[in-house]
Amino acid sequence: MKYVDEFRDPDKAKKLLKEIDKLCSEITLPEDRPIQIMEVCGGHTHSIFRYGLKQLLPDNLEFVHGPGCPVCVLPRSVVDNCIRIAEHDDVIFTTFGDAMRVPGSTKSLLDVKAEGGDIRMVYSPLDALTIAQKNPDKRVVFFGLGFETTMPSTALSIMQAKKQGIDNFYLFCNHITIIPTIKAVLDSPGMRIDGFLGPGHVSLIIGTQPYRFIADDYHKPLVAAGFEPLDILQSVWMVLKQLKNGEAKIENQYSRLVHEEGNASALSPIQEVFELREFFEWRGLGSINHSGVKVNDKYRAFDAEVEFDLKEVTVTDPDVCQCGEVLKGVLKPWQCKVFGKECTPEKPLGALMVSTEGACSAQYSYAQNIDLINKK
Amino acid sequence: MCLGIPAQIKEIVDVDNQIAMVDLSGVSREVNIACVLDDTYQSEDLINKWVLVHVGFALSVVDEDEAHKTLKILDEIGELSATMDDLDQGSK
Repeated sequence: MKYVDEFRDPDKAKKLLKEIDKLCSEITLPEDRPIQIMEVCGGHTHSIFRYGLKQLLPDNLEFVHGPGCPVCVLPRSVVDNCIRIAEHDDVIFTTFGDAMRVPGSTKSLLDVKAEGGDIRMVYSPLDALTIAQKNPDKRVVFFGLGFETTMPSTALSIMQAKKQGIDNFYLFCNHITIIPTIKAVLDSPGMRIDGFLGPGHVSLIIGTQPYRFIADDYHKPLVAAGFEPLDILQSVWMVLKQLKNGEAKIENQYSRLVHEEGNASALSPIQEVFELREFFEWRGLGSINHSGVKVNDKYRAFDAEVEFDLKEVTVTDPDVCQCGEVLKGVLKPWQCKVFGKECTPEKPLGALMVSTEGACSAQYSYAQNIDLINKK
Repeated sequence: MCLGIPAQIKEIVDVDNQIAMVDLSGVSREVNIACVLDDTYQSEDLINKWVLVHVGFALSVVDEDEAHKTLKILDEIGELSATMDDLDQGSK
């Protein structure tokens, strides 16, 4: 077993779709509105579009694309601060490729690279650490972003830098946390989501216990879901079964990787290196309390926020940008005024058009034509 | 961003720095295994195990039994459907 192809079997998918069809016809909601399931994670959004799952599901079932694309929720001010750091002559700025094209208030990291800035795309924070070792006369900054899935990798890289006495490596920490984010979605006015697909790879770090409040306090089902087409369809089926039976439970479809209690070996470096921020500013969602982490005092020597003079200025998105409404599920990507016109993956205005996990970019790349037909 | 790829651990390259060589869809690559070492798995126990790799780190060991259980449930959903269809056909 290679844990990929087995979960892409079209025959099994067809049978699941039949069951999903049946369940959807048996669930009736007030005001005759469609059943709305939010996939929290951008990875799920990408899979849903890539495999055309949306087109296979009944008309009265809608996916609402959630806030789980860390690149998409990056505020412009953070990109501006990246650029401020990268413009120092003695800095090598390292980042995952996803963040290169996110627009800041005047330009992106890619623009700065084109102007001659030493900005390098890396696959892993450990690659950034190697660059630091090889360039002792430079300050090497790694742009840390992502949810809990990515936190252990940056935390362990910093711990390794400390252990090896590497003193020219810094983390510009913009990691965000999933629980306050889901809570903010649940508390937002007009929220109509009936159930959630839980982010599988965040869940393998934090476990499924932290989601309990969603069932207990908000009475919504959540199923921690894998990323292959059958994983997603099975998870949808599990959410629908709960809705049909009037239940709200936290379930785990991705049990080959996710355990209820999470992964202690991955949580421990997170606790060692990071502490919660009082709040974090999200693009489109505004400020959410305790939704981000920063480097703690013990590791302050590796904190780019301590090393560099950064500004905390809130930079608003262009007026025409409706990323916020799309993120909250109020608008569909194609309902945004600039979707596919001024804003395209080649020239994104809003962050949702940047990453392949962004709702707008995924829609543009995989499903634009189908939805334009649906719109008519 | 949270993309993870299943890979099979082939050998432990550096016990002190917790580095293993994995086969990642046919490509050999070094990954850090700090997050998959615990009371159950010491480094040598991980050889031939499948792990989920994210940005150069193995984040979790794939539980083969659970994977089989999930596939079995998927099979059963199909079987149930097929039986119901047969019943439907039979009643016509």
